Amino acid sequence: MNYEAVIGLEVHAELLTRTKIFCNCTTEFGGEPNTHVCPVCLGLPGTLPVLNKKVVEYAVKAGLALNCEISKFSKMDRKNYFYPDLPKAYQISQYDLPLCKNGYVEIETSDGVKKKIGLTRIHIEEDAGKLMHENVDGSLVDYNRTGVPLIEIVSEPDMRTPEEAYLYLTKLKSVLEYSEVSDCKMQEGSLRVDTNVSVRPVGSKEFGTKIELKNLNSFKAVQKALEYEIKRQIKLIEGGETIVQETRRWNEQKGITESMRSKEEAHDYRYFPDPDLVPIIVSDEWKEEIRKSLPEMPEHKKERFVTQYGIPEYDASVITSSKPLADFFEKCVLEYSSAKTVSNWIMGEMMRLLKETGKEVEEVLIKPHQMASLLNLIDNGTITGSIAKTVFEEMFATGKNPEEIVEEKGLKQLSNEDELREIALKVIEDNPKSVEDYKNGKDKAIGFLVGQIMKATKGKANPQLANKILLEELSK
Amino acid sequence: MELHELTIHELNELLRKKEVSAVDVTKAYLKRINEVEPKVDALICETDDFALKKAEEADKMIKDGNINDLTGIPVVIKDNMCTENIKTTCASKMLEDFIPPYNATVVENLNSLGAVMVGKANLDEFAMGSSTENSAFKTTKNPWDLERVPGGSSGGSAASVAADECAFSLGSDTGGSIRQPASLCGVVGMKPTYGLVSRYGLVAFASSLDQIGPITKDVTDCAIVLNAIAGHDPKDSTSVDNVRKSDYKEFLKDDIKGMKIGFAKEFFREGLDEGVKKSIEDALKTFEELGAEIREISLKYMDYALAAYYIVASAEASSNLARYDGIRYGHAAEKYEDLIDMYMVSRSEGFGKEVKRRIMLGTYALSSGYYDAYYNKALKVRTLIKQDYEKAFQDVDVIVGPTSPTTAFKIGERVEDPLAMYLADVYTVPVNIAGLPGLSLPCGLSDGLPVGLQIVGKHFDEGTILNAAYAFEKALSFNAKPSFKGGAK
Repeated sequence: MNYEAVIGLEVHAELLTRTKIFCNCTTEFGGEPNTHVCPVCLGLPGTLPVLNKKVVEYAVKAGLALNCEISKFSKMDRKNYFYPDLPKAYQISQYDLPLCKNGYVEIETSDGVKKKIGLTRIHIEEDAGKLMHENVDGSLVDYNRTGVPLIEIVSEPDMRTPEEAYLYLTKLKSVLEYSEVSDCKMQEGSLRVDTNVSVRPVGSKEFGTKIELKNLNSFKAVQKALEYEIKRQIKLIEGGETIVQETRRWNEQKGITESMRSKEEAHDYRYFPDPDLVPIIVSDEWKEEIRKSLPEMPEHKKERFVTQYGIPEYDASVITSSKPLADFFEKCVLEYSSAKTVSNWIMGEMMRLLKETGKEVEEVLIKPHQMASLLNLIDNGTITGSIAKTVFEEMFATGKNPEEIVEEKGLKQLSNEDELREIALKVIEDNPKSVEDYKNGKDKAIGFLVGQIMKATKGKANPQLANKILLEELSK
Repeated sequence: MELHELTIHELNELLRKKEVSAVDVTKAYLKRINEVEPKVDALICETDDFALKKAEEADKMIKDGNINDLTGIPVVIKDNMCTENIKTTCASKMLEDFIPPYNATVVENLNSLGAVMVGKANLDEFAMGSSTENSAFKTTKNPWDLERVPGGSSGGSAASVAADECAFSLGSDTGGSIRQPASLCGVVGMKPTYGLVSRYGLVAFASSLDQIGPITKDVTDCAIVLNAIAGHDPKDSTSVDNVRKSDYKEFLKDDIKGMKIGFAKEFFREGLDEGVKKSIEDALKTFEELGAEIREISLKYMDYALAAYYIVASAEASSNLARYDGIRYGHAAEKYEDLIDMYMVSRSEGFGKEVKRRIMLGTYALSSGYYDAYYNKALKVRTLIKQDYEKAFQDVDVIVGPTSPTTAFKIGERVEDPLAMYLADVYTVPVNIAGLPGLSLPCGLSDGLPVGLQIVGKHFDEGTILNAAYAFEKALSFNAKPSFKGGAK
């Protein structure tokens, strides 16, 4: 029998507001434990939450960017449960009336198939603190993260493969980054992913028993964990066993999922409207104002790049996958007219170096005008294309101007005819075999000889000129 | 007259004329506290040193010509309002040693005006109760008869005013906790409109019902204190910011000719004391003599108010009190097995019986499967009660009736019968449910115990209530004083 997976994702993203959701404490990551706290976020007796307007604005912005309906009327609810990292013993969240609902994310699979993944809802809530168990007798709590604003983005169970889940997350991350509502840094916990997965025979309408996967630290981990989990579930079903609804964690080292807790311990959260907070009203005017503040989204940017700059669709989609990359491209194109050349350099050398060094685009030291200068140096014959790669590498590492690098390292193209002729004569003298071959009609031999000139000049020789001189000398 | 017998406005006059200093006033009250506190037990803590320091500051304000209505006036704060660096216990073992690093907004308001806090008042634990017998520390006695309760939960606040231990006090009112003890102690108590006074720093019992208000010796003082504490607070999102700030003293006029006063037939119900009934009938006559028009109205859902109240209030309380888990402050268990056990032992040891009863009731009412049957139903009843009042207020300016169905009852009399205790709030609870303002003032004695008259007004119409109350107070001139009879068995 053939099986298919049914995958739904819950993504928590920290919003980029300067202050917490219900008080004026900083949301800055890190800091000595319990230094970014006040009586309000510590839930001390008598204190009251006051909703940060920016949080609503950012959440609406995310909702609009993700094609959601924005609720004119929503409210905050309390989710009650006891845990030491939750100071009030309830989390202020949204229950039956989320701020945003019915959105979607469009993905394109490797086969070029476009698919819409539905978003059930986006709601706002406060984060809890952090428990630390290591190197202490007992447990310690750090409340710095308590009250940091989050949005929870819940997808429909619309994904069928781990690849789709991966693509969905990549797209979601890029939209959130584009809208500038979250920095989506998984290593700092500003983006957290939980996934629900079940399998069923292809064609079946019913859902299988759902397993929740937690402890997923990267998008790759999501994909790997899903791949493992789907296989595990199919194996169980085929072995005639029943799947028990439970929460499992991904063990990165072992590459397996492990049982964490069963659903029997499910909580009754006793949700009810938070009486300390008034309803959230988003007027049409406010919504439109936020919509106007929304930057261009990747899809539109991609289309625009194709039409405005005439670059291939593939290039456009690679470059717009990250907003900083797209911004860099556009600034370069302002300074240098051949967009395709710029996109070649970004997709080739720049992305190679980013990957090798593990740097973020924002950290790249090369300024767009320096990039343009480099390309101009190639065009006016000052340096060769291959030397330009060396120069680029140096620019990437130091942020120096290309002219400076060329000057310092003596990388200028060799176009002096006399000098080149002297080298050519030496090459002819040193390679009688190739000269012989050429004279016997083997045209390819000329390439080898030009290569030798290049080698002798450390790549600086003007290749056209070298070719011309060689031919002249050999025909003598 | 002794200093401690004076009202705020009388003391203010002496201070303005510089006939006495704030330090003199404070010392007089501290002396009075020493004398009567052993009989009344109204206070959880006395703040002598703090008070003398504040009195000196008040004298400096007066010297600099900065005197206002409350400068140098001694006040007692109910011990569920946070006071910076001073213990705030909520009369619970759970918070026995809790010292907040911040002031409630109302305390901040009073401080900035130069009022002098002389102590913090006893209450029913976490403000749950109608007799102040639920305090983990002591039972406050009614100064009129020391064998009787002062009412609750602001029993300490009301008794401290009745016993002249302070010129005024602050209470909190969730279902009648200011008006009912004010009634039983023969003083003036007001619950303002929900949202008029900031709740920041008031340890929450039921957030959607709680409201802080004044307990005073007369109606004029009530207006003065309301002036000090009313107003928008950015730290409380439920505090309103679109209401024009009034000077409530402007409403203190004895002319109420043509005022339309509503009286609901549902007020004369089973359980209402004959003596109380008589006093209320007399009060209605007094209003008529003053030129007001009495109109009969109907509050047909009033009977369901108490049931709805105990669901909503307990539901909110179960959530609000969940933070007392012994992890970061408050009572923590010494012996426990694991995390869940630690929570259970800490809370079992820290909370009293009534608090536990309400937490359980509220937890049940919110739990899945029962939410619709109880909590949601209660919210619907709440809406009906609000509509009852809205309809009534189309015809009348204020509604008057009894504050409490009985005068002060005996200590211990209702302890074993929580339902009988809950009935003490039957006239006050609907007002909280609807978020309306209500005031209780003495309207006579029944068997030597004070009877309270409740005046309820429209949202944010405290002015009209004060007008009616002031005119009534003038006409009646209730000047009986507590006798401190009975007591110490």
